[in-house]
Amino acid sequence: MSKKPLIDLVNITKSFDDTCVLDDLNLSIKENEFLTLLGPSGCGKTTTLRILGGFVTPDKGSVIFDGQDITQVPPNKRNLNTVFQKYALFPHMNIEENIAFGLKISHKPKTYIKDKIKYALKLVNLQGYEKRMPSYLSGGQQQRIAIARAIVNEPKVLLLDEPLGALDLKLRQDMQYELIRLKNELGITFVYVTHDQEEALTMSDTVVVMNQGYIQQMGTPEDIYNEPENAFVADFIGDSNIIDGLMVRDELVEILGVKFACVDKGFGNYKPVDVVIRPEDIILGNPGEGSMDGVVSHLIFKGVHYEMEVMANGFEWLVQSTVAHAVGTPVSLRVDPFNIQIMNKPESEDEKAVALDE
Amino acid sequence: MRKLWHWMNKRKLLTGPYLLWAVGFIILPLLMIIYYGLTSSDGGFTLENLLAIGDPIHYKALGQSLLIAFGSTCISLIIAYPLAYILSKNQGSKKGIIIMLFILPMWINFLLRVLALQMILANTGILNGILNFFGLPSQHLLYTRTAILIGMTYDYLPFMILPIYNAMCKIDRDLIHAAADLGAGNKLIFRKIILPLSMPGVISGIIMVFVPSISEFAIADILGGSKILLIGNVIEQEFSLTNNWHLGSGLSIVLMVFIFISMAVMNKNDAEGEGQMIW
Repeated sequence: MSKKPLIDLVNITKSFDDTCVLDDLNLSIKENEFLTLLGPSGCGKTTTLRILGGFVTPDKGSVIFDGQDITQVPPNKRNLNTVFQKYALFPHMNIEENIAFGLKISHKPKTYIKDKIKYALKLVNLQGYEKRMPSYLSGGQQQRIAIARAIVNEPKVLLLDEPLGALDLKLRQDMQYELIRLKNELGITFVYVTHDQEEALTMSDTVVVMNQGYIQQMGTPEDIYNEPENAFVADFIGDSNIIDGLMVRDELVEILGVKFACVDKGFGNYKPVDVVIRPEDIILGNPGEGSMDGVVSHLIFKGVHYEMEVMANGFEWLVQSTVAHAVGTPVSLRVDPFNIQIMNKPESEDEKAVALDE
Repeated sequence: MRKLWHWMNKRKLLTGPYLLWAVGFIILPLLMIIYYGLTSSDGGFTLENLLAIGDPIHYKALGQSLLIAFGSTCISLIIAYPLAYILSKNQGSKKGIIIMLFILPMWINFLLRVLALQMILANTGILNGILNFFGLPSQHLLYTRTAILIGMTYDYLPFMILPIYNAMCKIDRDLIHAAADLGAGNKLIFRKIILPLSMPGVISGIIMVFVPSISEFAIADILGGSKILLIGNVIEQEFSLTNNWHLGSGLSIVLMVFIFISMAVMNKNDAEGEGQMIW
């Protein structure tokens, strides 16, 4: 996907009351991309979105939109629309008036507005809701109206601020599919903010993992999940076992006194590293059959799989398997070499802060 | 008695003091007013005391009251609305001080404030002193309708500011952001979002200023001299001077009806839903 960049955030710095929220942030958003800003609360993702929307002015740096510097342009003059976290539907207007708000301001003809409302309500599956008041709608319906209200203005970019945060699990999953469908139908750029890693992995073309005002990693969902660049990303995206290891030499790492074959090279000899192993990549067997032996200490049924904790060599391993092993059962652990992810220990102060965060 | 105690079991007992208060100072007096208002001095039932509002002195006084109450409500609204708007937009620490300045007079006895105003507005008072100092002519204000209007506005202004300010603070910032996001400039945001959503505050402000203003008599006494007779003064005089409790009660009932009507009109507008009447 080599599309041209639509938005460039250049050297953005923003502080609130001496607290630095964003520090020299650079981010390029391509046309037609579903880009997700992912991170824990306070990581700067919402501030980034608000800078894009024009509600927050950065202290330093500039926002380039379609080749033009819009850093100082007020929100009402920007060709992008926002879906707010708590929907922000106008409570004193019915659904029709809410959706028509932007169109009336741009003086669109009446018949055009009428058609647009109809089209938008159909798009979000809420035909016939024109005359209702927002307070009579459920959270999910209000959310879809908020999306309808934004997209009728045909923005080049839709900004979504944790739009599914207030919905229950089932509805959230439905809305995820709905959003992907919408994005494909509209063919516009989505910039999505969430703290929910599953949401980010499901919907995005590009995931930007943020923490403490810095971008930790940017890539496709597969990249982020399979090749986390540091312990923070590994820990934040999905469950993982993060263990101190010693890189003995290329393709051989020592973890908790046991040597494991791996596929990573170029870390040097006898170098301390962080090792990430996903819980679903650990294979349980009978004692003596694997690389190390341990005892199951916890067992939880999670629906799709069982989640177990196995005490082995002084470390509590998180393991996911479709086969249950009762608490107290002696087992062995084995990991395929390509499922062992080696990462450098954080070196700079910034990186350290990141690693300590969780 | 046993039943009564049973009824007022443990928790309900806590409402006892208020119940006593309400019966003694609200319900009994109301019943008395109704009784006196609907009877003549010989104790027989009559509507004469209510119909006495048809007397020119009485209806003129009522009209005068309504007019002044309306005037002070309008002036309060004109002063309070922009102030509340600016205050609600302001995030700074100065906000608290300004609100404090407006509430501060409420902590001082109402009569003292009116008497102070009398000093200020008098012909040889402070206001004219200041005007003369700048070479401007003296204004004859005391014992005029204007003085009553100033007094009422001064006294009731905080009751207009606070509800409007509260309503404006309750408006979600994201609604304003959303309107801007959809292309609305500041003027339009005010007209389409802030004004309609602050309406509940405006309505309770109007009720809280207009309703007590109608029955006001102390301000009219002190700042109006005896020249301007409000319905409140008439009723007060029936009780204290002429000792005609029947007529005073009858006119009170009429006044209450007017108050109920004005509240009903206001509440009806409010009930239409979060200031929808604007759209």
